[in-house]
Amino acid sequence: MSESKQSAGKKSSGAGIGSKIANMTDTNLLLTITVVVFFAMYIGAIVFQGKGFLKPQTFFNILNANAALIIASCGMSLVMITGGIDISVGGVAALVSMCCAVFLDFHDGSVFMAAVIALAIGLAFGAVQGFLVAYLEIQPFIVTLAGMFFARGMTTIVNTNPFNVENPEFVAVKETRIIVPGFGSVNKLGNYVNAYIEIGVLVAIVTVIVLFAVLRWTKLGRGFYAVGGNSQSALMLGINVKKTKFLSHLLCGLLAGIGGFVYFMHVGSGSASHASGMEMNAIASSIIGGTMLTGGVGNIIGTFFGVLSLSTIQNIVSSAGLDQAWWTGITIAAMLCLFLVIQSVVMARKKMALRAKV
Amino acid sequence: MENKEMKKTGVSQMFRSLLSRQIFIPIAALLLLAVFNLVTDPSFYKITFGYNSAGDPVLSGYLMTILDYGSELAILAIGMTLVTAATGGQDISVGAAIAISGSVVLRVLCGTNSRPETLQAPIIVAFLISCVVAMMFGAFNGVLVAYFRIQPMVATLILFTAGRSIAAWINNNELPIISEPSFGYFGGFIPGIPVPTPFFIAAACMAVTALLLRFTNLGLYTQAVGINENSSRLNGLNPAFIKFLTFVLLGLCVAVAGLIKVSRLSSINYSVIAKDIEMDAILAVALGGNALSGGKFNMAASILGAYVIQFLTTTLYKFNVQSDALSAYKAVVVIVLVVLSTPVVREWLSALWKNVSRGQQGKEAA
Amino acid sequence: MRENAILEMRNIHKSFPGVRALQGVDFTLCEGEIHALMGENGAGKSTLIKVLTGVYGKDEGQIFLKGMEKAAMIRSPQDAQRLGISTVYQEITLCPNLSVAENMYIGRTSGFCQNWKKMNEDADKILTSLDIPAKASQQLASCSIAVQQMVAIARAVDMDCKVLILDEPTSSLDEQEVEKLFGLMRDLKARGVGIIFVTHFLDQVYEVCDKITVLRDGKLVGEYEIETLPRVQLVSKMLGKELDDMSDIRDESLVYEQKNGEAPVFEAEGLVSNAGIKPFDFYINKGEVNGFTGLLGSGRSECVRAIFGADRVLGGTMKKNGNVVKITKPIDAMRNGIAYLPEDRKRDGIVGDLSVRENIILALQVLKGFFKPFTKAEANQFAEEYIKLLGIKTASADTPIKSLSGGNQQKAILARWLLTHPEYLILDEPTRGIDVGTKIDIQKLVLKLASEGMSVTFISSETDEMLRTCSRLIVMRDRKVVGGLSGQDLTQSKIMSTIAGGEKE
Repeated sequence: MSESKQSAGKKSSGAGIGSKIANMTDTNLLLTITVVVFFAMYIGAIVFQGKGFLKPQTFFNILNANAALIIASCGMSLVMITGGIDISVGGVAALVSMCCAVFLDFHDGSVFMAAVIALAIGLAFGAVQGFLVAYLEIQPFIVTLAGMFFARGMTTIVNTNPFNVENPEFVAVKETRIIVPGFGSVNKLGNYVNAYIEIGVLVAIVTVIVLFAVLRWTKLGRGFYAVGGNSQSALMLGINVKKTKFLSHLLCGLLAGIGGFVYFMHVGSGSASHASGMEMNAIASSIIGGTMLTGGVGNIIGTFFGVLSLSTIQNIVSSAGLDQAWWTGITIAAMLCLFLVIQSVVMARKKMALRAKV
Repeated sequence: MENKEMKKTGVSQMFRSLLSRQIFIPIAALLLLAVFNLVTDPSFYKITFGYNSAGDPVLSGYLMTILDYGSELAILAIGMTLVTAATGGQDISVGAAIAISGSVVLRVLCGTNSRPETLQAPIIVAFLISCVVAMMFGAFNGVLVAYFRIQPMVATLILFTAGRSIAAWINNNELPIISEPSFGYFGGFIPGIPVPTPFFIAAACMAVTALLLRFTNLGLYTQAVGINENSSRLNGLNPAFIKFLTFVLLGLCVAVAGLIKVSRLSSINYSVIAKDIEMDAILAVALGGNALSGGKFNMAASILGAYVIQFLTTTLYKFNVQSDALSAYKAVVVIVLVVLSTPVVREWLSALWKNVSRGQQGKEAA
Repeated sequence: MRENAILEMRNIHKSFPGVRALQGVDFTLCEGEIHALMGENGAGKSTLIKVLTGVYGKDEGQIFLKGMEKAAMIRSPQDAQRLGISTVYQEITLCPNLSVAENMYIGRTSGFCQNWKKMNEDADKILTSLDIPAKASQQLASCSIAVQQMVAIARAVDMDCKVLILDEPTSSLDEQEVEKLFGLMRDLKARGVGIIFVTHFLDQVYEVCDKITVLRDGKLVGEYEIETLPRVQLVSKMLGKELDDMSDIRDESLVYEQKNGEAPVFEAEGLVSNAGIKPFDFYINKGEVNGFTGLLGSGRSECVRAIFGADRVLGGTMKKNGNVVKITKPIDAMRNGIAYLPEDRKRDGIVGDLSVRENIILALQVLKGFFKPFTKAEANQFAEEYIKLLGIKTASADTPIKSLSGGNQQKAILARWLLTHPEYLILDEPTRGIDVGTKIDIQKLVLKLASEGMSVTFISSETDEMLRTCSRLIVMRDRKVVGGLSGQDLTQSKIMSTIAGGEKE
């Protein structure tokens, strides 16, 4: 399946690159690059790294481990498209996991109420940061940096020591496995084992679909692009720029809250060091997925593939036996570097092609 | 009566002109913190003279701590201000780069042995090599930003992600420890001098910067490029090279800060050394009232901003705030300061001031 | 309100820190009229427009609209749009990353969802009816600037507005496009729309407008029927003084006497850059003023940019005083005594946040070198000298240049280049978007400099300016040099026929 998709991707980008690329919107062009690279990489992994990558479960495990990152990255893409940035998502996720853990274990709370708490924390962060960015016109980097500091510090204040949650209701939810029909593999004993995903993956997939629809087909979504493209013009075109910016941060906060809860469901513990570096991974995924930090260009599907690419390369590195910790950092950095250079070269060439046309 | 009124308008005018000055923000923040400490516990300002474990005379007290530990931040703020001015973006890899340059210093000093009896190379050689390495990494960031036109925050994200791994790799993931006492001078005290050495290093860096800004066109060029790249080019400047240059200069600042950092411990911890310092350095620039979107800058305000942050950190430590929880308080203070400094709020404040003084005048007249 | 008035602004006041931009201005617009808003730069036209469209809040005054009892509250561009006021600005205020159709509809349709199919169909219909060469689904950034401007106009036209504001919309359009725009304006007028037209081109005012309101220094000078106000009077009302005859300026000047056998100051052969112009030959003698003419987009600017090394030079040889030189970037040209005042002042000229002083000394400072900054005293002396010499109106040399009016910014940039004492000065549209008084000052200055032996290349969209200043014209068409005119051939009609020449062949 993946092979046919890849060749299709190649065809669409390969047919008359010169004229086609110049006519593509920036968003679609970068998306195409990302999708092609991801499939090329995955196939490369299958060919060179052996059968492990052929097992459906390997792929689904990538999803299981990164559902939270997918959700957080979607929020990140949203603010980046609007021309901002939110580096508090990791901190918020950590705070959410700690608060939920404390609520469940020390106060015997229900999982539903824990989820509500998670959403409330996310929304609160989003609302305050959005207000400061949109209405007081403070640079988003500074605001969300403070947001990150605050969230991380609060996590320690809520509870200093990390601990595993033993609330039975929660453990049941956490252990829930959803069988993916039609996929599976034969294990060493010769038994057929169905592939599974966790609940978080469902949440992530719903998030991706909903956000894609919002960005593509709603006035609000197009407003995000307009504000990111040129906020001054957007104002003149009659868009409420402040409200749009506020909403983008609010949504990003909400998604950080959801992401935090999904993260919590995956790890099942509270700790101040949870989700460390998540903001940077989310930014990296968004960029690999074709979102530009200058705003106005980006796509949620691209972000989804961005997360997959990022985690696939991590898997490749570790299965190649380079499991010393530093290799992960270096390979992610190398990949980010590669994508940035590809984007910068492609956009520059496109600009030249356009100029020649005029 | 008339005289009184004139005096009053003079004061309110001064207040308003001060309010619009850039350096007002860090000064106000510093005063606020100073007054807070004075009210809660005046002993904060006590400086005592004593002897350390090696029997050398040292000055100690919270103020000395601020001067001592604010040094690395002040040095980084210098480079960060230049990068911000020229590129309109920030380098978020300085913490990781400090880990690398510190690791290089230790590697050169220790050679292959992680617990050397004697130093394998003079300290100055190790420092110079670390300067070259740090400047090379600065140059890497610079090339991505200036020639590939990648936004600075994104370009430096690469080194941010990989830096600490590279630092560990340089020393084969070992943690070398240096027993030679003279290496500790850079982050501690030189025997006989009671003031911490980092303060002198920072002062030297500031002096060099002042000379650089006075006797070269670095300031004019970086600001011109930051404000309008097109017109800078048409005026004969090479914007790409100037952006590149600011990153290399920041690399140099990183190497100096790295030396102080490893000297403090005579060792290194790759994942902890200079953690979050990039955030503090960026905050220092912002607290100095410099636009993070580039253009005009005020170096003195940035450096002052760095010490304000250290002042805040020290104050919080004094109140026994856990080091992990520190960031929450810091965040609140920073947000309050930044909110106070936004044009919207400042306009509102000066309008309020006007009303108050007008009301008082009205009362007096009645 | 006046009978059949659709918009009345009364006693509008607006101040910025240090400037009283509007002081009690009244303005009335009637149904089905095209009303020109005239004034020098800094007269308050843009401020008045921005108050009307809700970009700025007003300090005092009221705005009345037809059919409304009370004064209208306009706090944001959305409010203005809702009240039927739509605007096309001089700078393109569209989003380059969106499609053409989205730019036409975003921010003004109701509902939650975006119907792409219907939107694209509607947009295509309008684009076809207005003869705009763009597809609805195309990304706006892939259109030329002129087409983008037309899209902005199409958006405003489609909005079913009662008041249409055109703030210098023609500065990036060529003649045919301007004609098309005028046709459109007349159509709308017939439908009862009131149009406010801001422009610096007097010809255009007398071609389409019914009434003129003149502002000066933030105050209202008066409202006039077009028939009752001849051009000369209009200009003198704008300037606030009687105009010295413009055609005289050439006679005042001395002409530099050419010596025989002197090599041209600058010579280029087969010069070609990456900006898409055909290779061209060029020369200029000492003390000569020549110019490039041609329609917008014919490659005038690209030619001089190639000479200055502002675009990447791909081929050709250049000679300076007979010696071969290599110019690949601006600094090379500057070292060879060439100076270039760029076309787009805001984008390529000023360094907005820096002071007037720093802007003036910038080029000379770069020439002098990185390690040799001017002392404060030197810099001040240079700045004061040129502020006085060119009559730059600024509070002080420390004022950020962006707070000056357009004309004074242009003078400061001119000062920057004069300070380098160039042998060859290139002026690309030095008079665009600045007031009439400064225009004349600049033209006089050009002739004076030439009489002192400086060579000047002068480019302007206004042919009469070129005729007044240049002794030789190079005519361009479709990015190619198609002819040269001098002496007796320097007439309006001859230039037109040379520009249009291709169609006869």
